[in-house]
Amino acid sequence: MSIEAKISLRGVEKRFVSGRGEEQTALSRLDLDIRAGEFVCLVGPSGCGKTTLINLMAGFEKPTEGEVIIDGKVATAPDPDHIMIFQDYGLYPWRTVLGNVLFGLQARKVPAAEAREKALAALDLVGLSHAVNKHPHELSGGMRQRVSIARALAVEPSVLFMDEPFAALDAFTRLHLQDELLRIWREKKPTIVFVTHDLDEAIALGERVVLMAPRPGRIQRILEVQLAHPRDRTEHDFAVFRKQLFEEFHLVHREAAEAAEYSI
Amino acid sequence: MRRIFEQVLLPVMTLAAFVLLWQVVAGHYPPEQFPAPSDVLKAIKELSDNGVLWTNIGISLARFGAAYLLAVVTAIPLGLFLGRFTRCHLAIDPLIQVLRPISPIAWFPLAVLWFGIGNAPAVFIIFLAAFYPILLTTISSVRSVPPVYLKVSSNFGAGARMTFLRVIVPAAFPGIMVGLHIAVGTGWIHLVAGEMLGAQSGLGFMIIDARNFLRTDEIMAGMLLVGLLGLAIYRGMKTVEGVIGRRWGVTR
Ligand SMILES: Nc1ncnc2c1ncn2[C@@H]1O[C@H](COP(=O)(O)OP(=O)(O)OP(=O)(O)O)[C@@H](O)[C@H]1O
Ligand SMILES: [Mg+2]
Repeated sequence: MSIEAKISLRGVEKRFVSGRGEEQTALSRLDLDIRAGEFVCLVGPSGCGKTTLINLMAGFEKPTEGEVIIDGKVATAPDPDHIMIFQDYGLYPWRTVLGNVLFGLQARKVPAAEAREKALAALDLVGLSHAVNKHPHELSGGMRQRVSIARALAVEPSVLFMDEPFAALDAFTRLHLQDELLRIWREKKPTIVFVTHDLDEAIALGERVVLMAPRPGRIQRILEVQLAHPRDRTEHDFAVFRKQLFEEFHLVHREAAEAAEYSI
Repeated sequence: MRRIFEQVLLPVMTLAAFVLLWQVVAGHYPPEQFPAPSDVLKAIKELSDNGVLWTNIGISLARFGAAYLLAVVTAIPLGLFLGRFTRCHLAIDPLIQVLRPISPIAWFPLAVLWFGIGNAPAVFIIFLAAFYPILLTTISSVRSVPPVYLKVSSNFGAGARMTFLRVIVPAAFPGIMVGLHIAVGTGWIHLVAGEMLGAQSGLGFMIIDARNFLRTDEIMAGMLLVGLLGLAIYRGMKTVEGVIGRRWGVTR
């Protein structure tokens, strides 16, 4: 294990037993090191185990074999220092925006006045100072996801896990939130693991893009996106990386489709 | 305009037509057999003037309130517990499934044996009628709390107590409200049965007492009042629900 790795996957394998008792390998013998403060994107065809992998890292699931090591310790349970952001936000509808952001601080028993201060600061960071007393059902999808990001930021986690956080949003909101997330990342420098099925999003955000392949879930390739942030999506170099990733992706897709044909 | 038509005019017209039809049909029968609306109104006036009506309504409402409250304070905690602890639920579910189909009225002989005549058997029957809907909806609403709520809670390191009180209970609340609602209906329906069987007062007793004197107009008066009071309670409940729902951020 490299000393400076923040997150380190050592021979991680995950098998599920289906209802009929058949064993299925969702992830097979996976190794990956992620540096502190790095922004890593996971992409790959549906069913290749992206969600499974991020759930393992976040401690929601345990690997069948191998281990996930974060900060030198084996991760076996969810940890308030590693916050997961879900596609469907996971906000509590009975709490206001402020109440939702306060949740993590209350769980940590932060004194009320201090918690309020931190929550308001986090909401300010995501540009929601004007909506603190609204309920989630009064907000747009993009605003809801910002609340969930603010809720995470309020507890100052060193790692953010994001599983297709912007997938349910329209293209405009998505681009906007991508830029916001980059701004916050540059300001706070958490380690971010970001799952997406949008290749452009992966190139726009990730310092590294991990391309996964299915059956069994594994890492196909790791692409280093050597472009400085903020990135210009219309720039020539952006297009070069984009082309590279698309070609790899099509290869993975074709192989997966052929494998599926053989198995029929 | 259209709203007024649909929500006020239309129901009022139906009601008026119904009363008219009743009056016409009743005209063909002797009033002891089938009293007309006018007879029933007269009976209500009479009962109200000599105070019998108000005493009985008061007694019925008190019994209903006591039984309903008793059901709420027992069924909700039990339901929260059983919904949270799957093992306990699995263990106790067969028992619930066997007891639940037994009509509360079937408990009557035992209730009288155990509690004697008076308030207790009626309260017991209403309690049973309200208990199961609250219990079952509470269990199912706790069990159907979205997993993501619990994931978030455990991710932020919330303890068991905080997860239960600040996540599970509020998340289950709208579902429990539905159960409370259903229980008002079933409880109120069984009020009359409970009071007919053993009590010496209340609206149910008033109806039975009227039968003993062949006062069909008073029987119908009692029935009508049970219906109207039921409606009023149900409406009150809706209002409370709306207020709470708005606070909970779940209003549509
Ligand atoms: N709890 C589970 N039980 C059984 N099989 C599972 C479970 N979770 C995931 N799998 C299987 O593991 C494989 C990987 O699933 P996963 O959800 O991680 O894929 P994904 O890459 O996130 O897909 P998508 O892009 O559609 O979200 C799939 O074949 C899926 O059927
Ligand atoms: Mg997924």
